[in-house]
Amino acid sequence: MFELLGIPPQVLFGQLLLGLINGSFYAVLSLGLAVIFGLLNIINFTHGAQYMLGAFGAWMLLNYLGVSYWWAVFIVPPIVGLTGIVLERVLIRRLYHLDHLYGLLLTFGLALIIVGFFRQFFGVSGLPYPPPPLLTGGHNLGFMYLPNSRAWVIVASLIVCLATWFIIEKTRLGAYLRAATENPTMVGAFGINVPLLVTLTYGFGVALAGFAGVLAAPIYAVNPNMGADLIIVVFAVVVIGGMGSILGSILTGFGLGLIEGLTRVFYPEGSAVVIFVIMALVLLVKPAGLFGRSA
Amino acid sequence: MKATGFILASLASLLSAGAAYATDVKIGVLNDRSGIYADIAGEGSVIAAQMAAEDFKATDKGINVSIVSADHQNKPDVGSNIARQWYDTENVDVIADVPTSSVALAVNEITKEKNKIFLASGPASSDLTGKACSPNTVHWTYDTWALANGTGSAMVAQGGDTWFFVTADYAFGHALERDTSAVVEASGGKVLGAVRHPFPGQDFSSFLLQAQGSGAKVVGLANAGGDTINAVKQASEFGITQGGQSLAALLMFINDVHALSLEVAQGLVLTGAFYWDKNDQTREFSARFQERNSGQKPSMIEAGVYASVLHYLKAVEAVGDKDAAKVMAKMKEMPTDDPLFGKGTIRADGRKLHEMYLFRVKKPDQSKGAWDYFETVATIPADKAFRPLADGGCPLVK
Repeated sequence: MFELLGIPPQVLFGQLLLGLINGSFYAVLSLGLAVIFGLLNIINFTHGAQYMLGAFGAWMLLNYLGVSYWWAVFIVPPIVGLTGIVLERVLIRRLYHLDHLYGLLLTFGLALIIVGFFRQFFGVSGLPYPPPPLLTGGHNLGFMYLPNSRAWVIVASLIVCLATWFIIEKTRLGAYLRAATENPTMVGAFGINVPLLVTLTYGFGVALAGFAGVLAAPIYAVNPNMGADLIIVVFAVVVIGGMGSILGSILTGFGLGLIEGLTRVFYPEGSAVVIFVIMALVLLVKPAGLFGRSA
Repeated sequence: MKATGFILASLASLLSAGAAYATDVKIGVLNDRSGIYADIAGEGSVIAAQMAAEDFKATDKGINVSIVSADHQNKPDVGSNIARQWYDTENVDVIADVPTSSVALAVNEITKEKNKIFLASGPASSDLTGKACSPNTVHWTYDTWALANGTGSAMVAQGGDTWFFVTADYAFGHALERDTSAVVEASGGKVLGAVRHPFPGQDFSSFLLQAQGSGAKVVGLANAGGDTINAVKQASEFGITQGGQSLAALLMFINDVHALSLEVAQGLVLTGAFYWDKNDQTREFSARFQERNSGQKPSMIEAGVYASVLHYLKAVEAVGDKDAAKVMAKMKEMPTDDPLFGKGTIRADGRKLHEMYLFRVKKPDQSKGAWDYFETVATIPADKAFRPLADGGCPLVK
């Protein structure tokens, strides 16, 4: 058997698979950000908090109402999306005519408020969320032990990413969306309700964050800060992929997950910064991102 | 900087003027109030300091205690700035708590330079009473040597003689890994490897997979707070213990067990300095504390803040002055005695000595409810619990 820099192949395959799993989270989260940026031109800094809301939503359903994880997967994202729609209608809408920076400041402030509110009530240590019976246990793949919960994350996020890509790129609704991104006035003139389209898109992007949060609940500690660290990485993913590029954010999400996974084997200390190093390099060479169109 | 003032000195004490003298003492509780260590210290430590001043009846004894607090965000630069500002412009006499060893080592230096007092309850690094020891610091609750000595030797005695560490990549993690490796090797065990994870971390799967691949009998988690919670949760997901390896959470707090649930945490062996359900006095204090700290029982760090502030106030009363050198001398000369840690002493290098305990996390069916989490496996006497004075390399005792 071959060895790569002293790392046996079994270990390498295992780490690659784990990288893909982490990449799934990056992909779903950056997809939501990309959709929102593409249509609204808003850099949604509340995304991390909305991811956290998804995880807490699943926890609350289970603990207050006894609703199982599998129901939560379907119930929580629309609810989180709905909270996003309220935010868009009440606050974010007022900033569309202003510079990006105002949207960023508003959503960042909102994130701080939401996270602070949850910290006050639930503390920072987090809450236990027992995985449902189907997701406990795992399979020995020969090169690694793959817990069912992680296998499910990959499958679920691939389905969601592909469905989103399909809707936006291949359906009539998606065509309206893309057209509205290009020229909202013209699309409005054709009798399409652009403001509604924008609101629903924001809601959808936020629902994706909520979905990622539900996926995370049985794996990571459910705590108010869970989105804060992740969101910075996800922003880097979106920048590398190209702001607003749907396919770009999906591919970059999975790809960077892989690269981060490899870094954890060869130089674990650097795994927290590798994505930002790549971001800097990409920005130097291709300022619009790997899949972005330069304006 | 978030600094909230809390003034205990009441108008009544000013009017009564019964005491012959009045000493104004200002205590700054510096810790993580929003990040991964906020539940094991945070506001709870401020409440503990307030309770110490109240229980001591400081005002009646002519000591006006005021308590301020701030968030160091686990960043040494932020912590240093706050400490300097407190000492230089806000007349703070004592800084208490300071979890996160990297911040604590910085505050330790500043406190020495400004000739004030540092009552360290939160930090773990044994360097605070070793090569970085200071005449102005008391390290109260625990340290990495004591944790390693408790959990490390217990695990090796149970047959866990090969180790792999998953270590938080900063001063604390390094110290804990170093001290535990020394204990493992001294007990005839072997360290097969270690991986350093970024601090704070969220996903530990690749590090756990490396630990699994190492074939070591024991996977030692040299991290704390939210990192430990995530790592233990994911270790259970990846079947580390089902695969025949044991997990050693080298620093674990009762709040971590609460967040993990007994289903996930059961059977873990850990070393601690305090458990709320130890005796009537600890239960009485913990019930009062829980009421004020939104239902959370005290962690050993919060207990340490209470006890160290109490001892400091006793020394101020005995000296009748708050001069740092005199008060420190008094604190080291007077034996300590408080409801939470019992009787103890403070050594020349600043190390507070008391019993340490080896706990095992109960199974869900052994627990009577929330916070009934630990059973005591062994009590380590004070003279065995901490690193011998001569081995620390503290320049003060040469």
